[in-house]
Amino acid sequence: MMGTRSRGLAVSGSRGGSNPWFRGFAVSGSRGENTAQPRNRETPRPRPYADPYVAGTGLGLVLLAAFVIAGRGLGASGAFASGAAGVVAAASPARAAANPYFARYLAGDGPWHEWLLLEIAGVVIGGFLSALAAGRLRAAIERGPGIGRGSRLANAFAGGSAMGVGAVLARGCTSGLALTGGALLSAGSWLFMMAAFAGAYLVAPIVKRAWR
Amino acid sequence: MTDSLAVALVIGIAFGWTLERAGLGSAPKLAGQFYLTDFTVFKVMFSAIVTAMLGAFWLARLGVLDLSRVYMPETYLAPQLAGGLLFGAGFVIAGLCPGTSCVAAATGRGDGALVMLGMFCGVLVTGLAFAPLRRFYESTARGALTLPDLLHVPYGVVVAAVVAMALTAFQFAGRLERRA
Repeated sequence: MMGTRSRGLAVSGSRGGSNPWFRGFAVSGSRGENTAQPRNRETPRPRPYADPYVAGTGLGLVLLAAFVIAGRGLGASGAFASGAAGVVAAASPARAAANPYFARYLAGDGPWHEWLLLEIAGVVIGGFLSALAAGRLRAAIERGPGIGRGSRLANAFAGGSAMGVGAVLARGCTSGLALTGGALLSAGSWLFMMAAFAGAYLVAPIVKRAWR
Repeated sequence: MTDSLAVALVIGIAFGWTLERAGLGSAPKLAGQFYLTDFTVFKVMFSAIVTAMLGAFWLARLGVLDLSRVYMPETYLAPQLAGGLLFGAGFVIAGLCPGTSCVAAATGRGDGALVMLGMFCGVLVTGLAFAPLRRFYESTARGALTLPDLLHVPYGVVVAAVVAMALTAFQFAGRLERRA
């Protein structure tokens, strides 16, 4: 199903091929490779990822566009905070209004019209479209070779929770603080970035069995 | 939908597309950063920072962008140090960060959905238990402090230094990757 859909997008194959940015759009075998091999129609081979420097430069241009057009950078954890504020407000409006952390998201048009929430909805759509075009949509639980599915999901939840607490304390995450504030040379952003890398490298040996 | 929210959606689509292109919707690939086998996280992040930093600097110089109208994240030393350490620990355990977990989930990865759920619960519980944390949360406030302010060095000099550091680090990353 997904394979047929992604091939349906291959109309602009001529600009694919050598350009990693649009390689996902290339007609399979347009560069004359693997044409002799029979291809499985249901599971087309996923296209290789873009060069990290090309992708990073593209991401930088997206961030720059956000500065110029919207007067702010990118973000992710703020969308979770806004959603949490919306859930608390739905369950108990009085409690949400009395909470100094959630109350700020209830001002203006309310938590469901928050800029970052719409931006994250866009991230979901953009990620989906990119994977669709590149034949990378796949229902899976990605994990290291030495860990079971249950443990992987438990780790995903635990790690996510720790990031949630950390992002509240720091007032942002990899997107809103590290990336956005990093480019604007915010002192707190660079401190957060260095602390986050330090925390990750300190804990990496402890959780090595989950990944190696 | 207002114009501002439509802009948010379009910028988000471009953001999500770029992350997926780079392979940052795949947890084992991100985790490779912390075992020095795959430097994609570092390369993407720092080439993005350098690009946007140089763009913002030159557009401001040319008078196209008014930096005083771009939101600058505020500095709170102790909470950002502690929050950063905890965030980094969560990052290597989860294998994804909040933004990339959305891409992973959107492309069918169940682990990405669980990172999103964990992230949501972490924020929710911390927000509900905010009262005792508030003093720490608001401590060591430094306002919209920038590295040029902190170091008493001109903006352009810090920009050049970050570019030089990034280019040096990219060389090291390439060497370490070839060894791995």
